[in-house]
Amino acid sequence: MSTLTDPPKASFRLSQLIYDTRYRSYTIQIVALILIVAAFAWLINNTIENLESLGKDFDFGFLGSAAGYDINQMLIPYDNQMSHGRAALVGILNTLLVAVLGCLAATLIGVIAGVLRLSKNWVVNKLMAVYVEGFRNVPLLLWIILIFAIMTESMPQPREFRGDDATQAMLLDDSVAITNRGIWIPRIGFSNSLSGNEAVAAMDGATPVATGAIDWLVLFGTLAISIVAISFVRKRADRIQQATGVRPVTWYQQLALLVVPFGLVAFFLGLTIVKPFLQGFNFTEGTHLRNSLIALWLALSLYTGAFIAEIVRAGILAISKGQTEAAFALGLQPNRTMNLIILPQAMRVIIPPLISQYLNLTKNSSLAIAVGYMDVRATLGGITINQTGRELEGMLLLGGFYLALSLLISAGMNFYNRSTQLQER
Amino acid sequence: MSDTQAQTVAYVRDTMVDAQTPPITEVGVIKWLRENLFSSPLNAILTIASLYLVYWVIAHVGPWMINGIWVADSLTECREIRNATLGADVPAACFAVITERWPQLMFGFYPSDAYWRPVVALLVFFVGIAPVLFDKLPRSLLIGTLLTPFVMYLLLWGGSIWGPFAVGLGFVAGYFTFRFLNPINSLMGTIGAIIVPILFWFFLTGPIASTLTATAPIGLPFIESKDFGGFTLSVVIGIAAIILSLPLGILLALGRQSDLPIIKYSAVVFIEVIRGVPLIVWLFTASLLLNYFLPPGTNFDLMLRVIIMVTLFSAAYIAEVIRGGLAALPKGQYEAADALGLDYWKSMQLIILPQALKISIPGIVNTFIGLFKDTTLVVFIGLLDPVGLTNAIRASTDWNGIYWELFLFIGIMFFIFCYSMGRYSLYLEKKLQREHR
Repeated sequence: MSTLTDPPKASFRLSQLIYDTRYRSYTIQIVALILIVAAFAWLINNTIENLESLGKDFDFGFLGSAAGYDINQMLIPYDNQMSHGRAALVGILNTLLVAVLGCLAATLIGVIAGVLRLSKNWVVNKLMAVYVEGFRNVPLLLWIILIFAIMTESMPQPREFRGDDATQAMLLDDSVAITNRGIWIPRIGFSNSLSGNEAVAAMDGATPVATGAIDWLVLFGTLAISIVAISFVRKRADRIQQATGVRPVTWYQQLALLVVPFGLVAFFLGLTIVKPFLQGFNFTEGTHLRNSLIALWLALSLYTGAFIAEIVRAGILAISKGQTEAAFALGLQPNRTMNLIILPQAMRVIIPPLISQYLNLTKNSSLAIAVGYMDVRATLGGITINQTGRELEGMLLLGGFYLALSLLISAGMNFYNRSTQLQER
Repeated sequence: MSDTQAQTVAYVRDTMVDAQTPPITEVGVIKWLRENLFSSPLNAILTIASLYLVYWVIAHVGPWMINGIWVADSLTECREIRNATLGADVPAACFAVITERWPQLMFGFYPSDAYWRPVVALLVFFVGIAPVLFDKLPRSLLIGTLLTPFVMYLLLWGGSIWGPFAVGLGFVAGYFTFRFLNPINSLMGTIGAIIVPILFWFFLTGPIASTLTATAPIGLPFIESKDFGGFTLSVVIGIAAIILSLPLGILLALGRQSDLPIIKYSAVVFIEVIRGVPLIVWLFTASLLLNYFLPPGTNFDLMLRVIIMVTLFSAAYIAEVIRGGLAALPKGQYEAADALGLDYWKSMQLIILPQALKISIPGIVNTFIGLFKDTTLVVFIGLLDPVGLTNAIRASTDWNGIYWELFLFIGIMFFIFCYSMGRYSLYLEKKLQREHR
């Protein structure tokens, strides 16, 4: 007896490319690939033709030539005889500076506002609601130029601080001056600097100080070593607790490890606080925070802080009350309940959107253009392009920088997600 | 037992005590204050600090706003009025700038005899979008929704009525091709529905539009894109990008979830590249570089370029939101759709997307709010949106030095738009949640 039906013949017909689901996916993909390649070829061909007709070439050599323009805020030494590449680097560091400062301040503001928004206190609750809705629903650009206008239009001029009948006074024991040209805060100098730079006194009678990168490196290196040592102390305490059930008291060891080495290094380097003071028509010494930096930083932090507040609120609300009650039932104290039960779970909800807010903040820092802050868009993507006429190369580099930065941050986020994900089926 | 019960008791109350009024601290305002504002020392401090903050703000801004002067022709005149009526040192806002420059803030340099056109276009938009937003309205109104974009284009830019008409005919041709071919073969139907309109637009739209214009010249005066400004510009860019980016975002999200590697990775690269770079850089690309990528000699409208860029930008964000919705659906839904024998598009259309979109609504609306706020960035490539107009207004001698009134006005306008979008999304979320149960 033969079987009910013959198995289908193994011959291949052309129509199977379209109707057979086994082959159709290949057909679709090959058609898509051809279309994509054709589109790119068309774009690149157009670009080549256009460049030719304009008499331009595609060359990144301009990065090595002298920039010829000044930058008013630099974290590394720079002058206008240095290269466009160096100018771009100064811009990149300025972008990163405002991004990092913004992320720190936004987190602080956001966490406080998010927790207060959950408060049962009616006034506080409503105030935070006004803050969050107000900042979320108005364009960031408007906040940046508003804060910039407040700084430049409503703050006192430096000369109002002068003389015996000064109408304005510096804050915090003469160390902070808020003027319409920016804010001056004290800076840190080292009287026994390791950098070999000559120590200079800010004014008569002041301690001569110098600063170099190596001093900061030593200072922060000490701090890092202290933190590693503290983590060892904690691990040892964990081990003893595991073995004996009694946790040794270590807080004084931890505190000593943190304070003593830092204090000793600071003492030997001769760490000195240099306050700003009025000289001529302006303040001098100290660190000058320009209006552009202040406006951008404040606006970015307040704006992103409003979004972070909502994230924090959602994260705390996401943890069911049963978790707290279960922890109490196990006999855990409130602070250990928070540290061991609530926070690890809330963090899993909070961190991913928090990091994407950091990403948004970093990208939004390109709004620096509104207040003339010299970020990477202003140096590489602005003045350099205008001076060299290399729009294509400049924009490619600029886009590449932002893209690399955000891919890096997303990679970090994915890594975190994978390590904290709930293990489900 | 009986002994204890039989014991005589000195006194037994035989009537109920009358209900007493609760202590004064447990009722009314005082109870509310105690529970809500002063329940603990920390809370009391917070309350007092917040009230002080509110007082400080009102004390500084309140008089300035209440004393505001609404009718004047320049800042100097404002100051004169203030000095005459209130005194020289009294803070007083000069809201006259808003009343005097109202047409400019709303319409930019749009011809003043055509101000009715953007207004009517906005009304047409609301009428057209109503059946989409509120499902209580009859479904047949959706045909009107399909006509809305053409009517709005005609109203805003003007020109001959037959141009949008001929473009619309292309869609109609595509629809009938699909209706005709689909019963024969679904693949041919789909391909036909894509190719026929494209051929129609390439070869027939121009001749049809020009012949019809020649025979029956009906239409509105043409207005160039460079005359658009103020809130008209923001709203036009915002609405156009919102309408265009949703379908593109859905396609990108489906592409990213696809099993076909080439489709998937091209979608991934597109989305990540767009999202990784700030909108400002894309806008500069649109204004500086687009001419490099197009055939030599092509040059098109800056506003159109901006709309394209903003659309691509928000489509990438929407794609990510919808991908979240797609990923949140239980796998059983996909398997059930397959088990019913539905093909890919049918299962997406009937089973997956309705549920995934429902989950993604808050995220999609948030993206739209972000998009609308981002329309202010066009000021950097030389378009005169409201923020750009503040600089233009301040540049005139009449209003030199006016800041806060304009910022306040623009902020409030954006707040109204964005806040109402956010409220609508909350309403939708609640409604759909109820249907779930």
